[in-house]
Amino acid sequence: MRLTVVELRKLADTRAGLWLLLLIGLGSVGTAAILLGWAPDEELRFADFFAFGLLPPTVLLPILGILSMTGEWSQRTALTTFALVPARLRVIGAKVAAGVVVSVAATAATLLLSAAANLIGIAIGGDGGWHVEGSLIWQGLLTELLFVGMGMGFGALLLSSPLAIVAYFALPTLWGALSESIRALREVGNWLNIGITTEPLSVPSMSAGQYGRLAVSALVWVALPLLLGAWRMFRKEVS
Amino acid sequence: MITVDNLTKRYGRHSAVDDVSFTCPPGTVTGFLGPNGAGKSTTLRMICGLTTPTSGTATIGGVPYRRIGNPGRRIGVLLDASAQHGGRTGREVLSLAAFTMGVRRSAVPPALERVGLDTTAARRRVRRYSLGMRQRLGLAHALIGDPSVLVLDEPANGLDPEGIFWMRGLLREFADRGGTVLLSSHLLREVEAVADHLVVIGNGRIVAGGSRDELLATAGTLVRALDPPALLALLDRAGLDAAPATDGGVVVRAPAETIGRAAAEAGLVLLELRPAGPGGLEQLFLELTR
Repeated sequence: MRLTVVELRKLADTRAGLWLLLLIGLGSVGTAAILLGWAPDEELRFADFFAFGLLPPTVLLPILGILSMTGEWSQRTALTTFALVPARLRVIGAKVAAGVVVSVAATAATLLLSAAANLIGIAIGGDGGWHVEGSLIWQGLLTELLFVGMGMGFGALLLSSPLAIVAYFALPTLWGALSESIRALREVGNWLNIGITTEPLSVPSMSAGQYGRLAVSALVWVALPLLLGAWRMFRKEVS
Repeated sequence: MITVDNLTKRYGRHSAVDDVSFTCPPGTVTGFLGPNGAGKSTTLRMICGLTTPTSGTATIGGVPYRRIGNPGRRIGVLLDASAQHGGRTGREVLSLAAFTMGVRRSAVPPALERVGLDTTAARRRVRRYSLGMRQRLGLAHALIGDPSVLVLDEPANGLDPEGIFWMRGLLREFADRGGTVLLSSHLLREVEAVADHLVVIGNGRIVAGGSRDELLATAGTLVRALDPPALLALLDRAGLDAAPATDGGVVVRAPAETIGRAAAEAGLVLLELRPAGPGGLEQLFLELTR
């Protein structure tokens, strides 16, 4: 618990981390401003603000997850971190827990921001509907959790910030392109392309089949890197 | 109390540390001496559970480092002052450590003050710190858990002469209050002033060890003659091991009496004949670790 608080604090107490969080906040405010400024009045609804507002944290929060893992090695703080807490798996667990907390907080903040944006929308003559499918909120949270977890997995596995960030963004796209163009891979690609399997998360009430595909792709892109990464960090000599 | 037993670390066929054993009793400062690449840092990392030994054990108070709960409260560790996140402020680095160890937050400002980092320095990011300031921050980091054992790798690196003097005083006081200090250095002169015990390592093996005074006594005798070549020839005939010292004399591994008698018999005029002391120890150190 104490370690989770430490890891949470480490997400925000560096210049890079602080800017990233600030950027996410500004980005979400930006999405609301875009809708308020340019969207047709009937689209100014709570659910629309929420869906669009989730985009910045979905894209940027994983980078924070990556840096949380790679920073220990690129900045060589692993030396002091693991000297204070020799049980490395506890540290890795605390990082993942901090990632979960940040994802929940980002989703909650987006809900609040969407509510505020909707109030402004009502004031300027928007639709102002408050209805949102409950499944969308929790699917939104799941989206955050999956991508932050994937970022952390890539960070732990590659232990280098630039390498992990590039791999995080490029590999799924590359796999998507490959499975699109090679016929033999198409069926497998549908199950393993996390870009495609996460799409239904933005539509209310996902089907069991869609959850199945999402689970399979999450196993490959989130669980596997996290496990291998934890193993690597556990074994790696600190110097 | 630090106990190192037959510690060995191999990377492939290369032995970085080869069968190293020594102990550091409470109330003493042990200087861990060796040239760069001799295996000092690897040994210290193994003591702190950061590197897994190929064989052998290291314990602190009888317990392996990794099995100590909340080790920061027992052992203060400074292995590399540069290994800090450049984007954090000095005070933030200490606050994180304090919180991890469960030390109250109010301990942070005095800890910074103790190592001579003022509030302006504490608010700056570590990226802007000089190496000397990082060493001070690292020392504060090692001390903030109020440990009874200190393990420091090259702590004097980057400190100015005043800083080195200050650090010696701090370590001496720590040991005099019953603490155990193990510090490494590649400079003999740096540790000789503060260490009561010396462990010398070269190519991964312990080549000498013991109390400083003992080692000083075995450092040999410094001889200077009016006719240096004749002295060397005489020592060679007598089968005495001689090495030129930095200041023009010769360090001989023999008691003063033996050399004096040999010189008298040969009718050689001696200008100086005395225990070699620290200079001789340096000679010994260079020879042992070559």
